[in-house]
Amino acid sequence: MATLADTPARGPAGAARTLWREMNAIQRLALALAVILAVLALLAPVLAPFEPNAQSLMNRLRPPVGFERARPGYWLGTDELGRDLLSRCLYGLRLTLGLAFLGALIGLVIGGTLGLLAGVRGGRTDALVMGAVDTQIAVPFTLIALFVLVVFGNTIAVMVLVLGLYGWEQYARIVRGEVMKLMRMPFIEAARAAGAGPARIARVHLLPNLVSPLVVQFTLSLSNIILLESTLSFLGLGVQPPTATLGAMVGVGRDFMPTAPWIVLAPALSILIVTFAVQILGDWLRDRADPRLRKR
Amino acid sequence: MLRYALRTLARMAVTFLVIVTLVFFATRISGNPLDFILADGLTSEDRAILIRYYELDRSWWHQYLAFLRGFWDGQFGLSFIERRPVGTIVLERLWPTAQLLLSAMALTLALALPLGILAAMHRDRWIGSAVMTLAFLGYAVPNFVLAVFLILIFAYWLNWLPVVGNATAWHFILPTLTLASGLVAALTRFTRNAMLDVLGQDFMRTARAKGLSERAVILRHGLRNAGITILSVVGLQVAGLAAAGSVVVESIFAWPGIGELLVRSAIRRDYPVLQFGVLTVAFAVIVINALIDLAYAWADPRLRQRGA
Repeated sequence: MATLADTPARGPAGAARTLWREMNAIQRLALALAVILAVLALLAPVLAPFEPNAQSLMNRLRPPVGFERARPGYWLGTDELGRDLLSRCLYGLRLTLGLAFLGALIGLVIGGTLGLLAGVRGGRTDALVMGAVDTQIAVPFTLIALFVLVVFGNTIAVMVLVLGLYGWEQYARIVRGEVMKLMRMPFIEAARAAGAGPARIARVHLLPNLVSPLVVQFTLSLSNIILLESTLSFLGLGVQPPTATLGAMVGVGRDFMPTAPWIVLAPALSILIVTFAVQILGDWLRDRADPRLRKR
Repeated sequence: MLRYALRTLARMAVTFLVIVTLVFFATRISGNPLDFILADGLTSEDRAILIRYYELDRSWWHQYLAFLRGFWDGQFGLSFIERRPVGTIVLERLWPTAQLLLSAMALTLALALPLGILAAMHRDRWIGSAVMTLAFLGYAVPNFVLAVFLILIFAYWLNWLPVVGNATAWHFILPTLTLASGLVAALTRFTRNAMLDVLGQDFMRTARAKGLSERAVILRHGLRNAGITILSVVGLQVAGLAAAGSVVVESIFAWPGIGELLVRSAIRRDYPVLQFGVLTVAFAVIVINALIDLAYAWADPRLRQRGA
């Protein structure tokens, strides 16, 4: 298996240059988009021309600049309450990406820890963890999310928890598989003979070898989580109004589709750009990590 | 085979029991279950009576058994918005959902299998990359975003298709397309990869060497062997995608199915309906997966031996 560490390293800059040379045009575009989106999300408070929730009765349902009735300054137009769509999209992007990042991180920690435990301890621990993994796979996660959000209330904290629970089983399976493979290798045997305990073996010998599969899985699960969050918010079950997330903006804007389609189009196109960029990068990292797929 | 079937059945039962148990305890640790079972605005005397009635003063162990017994007796409580038995409400919704899923599945199979085979046969030519790009789009575009675009174009701008409910055959087009997009993408990818694995095998060369037409080689020898792999994917991936997708698609198109019911009862906090609906769908998915697991074992004897 090729790992990120295989890249002939001349410092981080050299590694980055090698990676860049390997990418095709679409993947470079996706990377550039991802960087731009991350910057936009981070700088949303600086860049947004208006407060995301500031209403303006005089400027309700204004189309984007360039159309009839447009108001200068409202680049993407306004919604039914006269809120600036550009500002809301920026803040929505910020929240969507932030939630997804936090969720993927929680999934990584939970799933990675359980997978490590299962792989290192084996036996009953392994059976228990894999049983939980099978149960999680057996039930569509949307159902679990619906249920948890209703029972525990749809606050941001619960939302983060739900997103964190999504995909932990993927990390657990991958880490467990890698660990089981590594545990049979001579260098682990040698470490054990030298007197290293399970904790030391896990920290010093296993973790460094797990970094690259985890990075791949993190990117893939990031795009899944973005999809889940925007879907839940779209359905009105996620982050509650007036807080802007891209999914919620599409959900609320739905009612104005015949007369003011831009309210839906601005956040919907933003979601498309985000998922495309993240998905392309995820696919690229996965194919790169698996030489069997690289040929295809 | 019988041993394998029994083991699958046992695993199915355990999974479902775990889910029922989790649902039970989730409602207990998140507060007084009365707040979920009953509407607001009760006097304290009414509350006391209801606590007695629902046996909430008994031990949790007793309550858990009573909860399980409810499944056996078909007693799942009343919807506190519609005041009708939860079982009836959920059952009414099954047929529209089944209709939508069946039409989406039919479209998926009709598109994904030929597309996947095509992409595998012409993988280095433009047609192969065109198919894979389409599959990528289907995979990366969220269901609800696609639905919004389809509604804008075909309902509002062109005025060709209806978007609310399931009254006529025309009503099936947009929901079916939306739901099928993700499924087609997933299945095309897997068909292609499974076919690529098969195309390199020795028996394919043998089949060609003995003079079979390319069509017979691909369909009779290639697809039949790739089919086993594809079947396993149809189970796990597609059942999950379809369940998640139908929740979204049904609520967008106001389709009177179980997915729309789940979202509606979640928003209105109609807790008994949501609980039973979630368990019903979970049960359906588990049963379908078990059936596909069995079909898989039946088609591939090696699996039975291994006992998976």
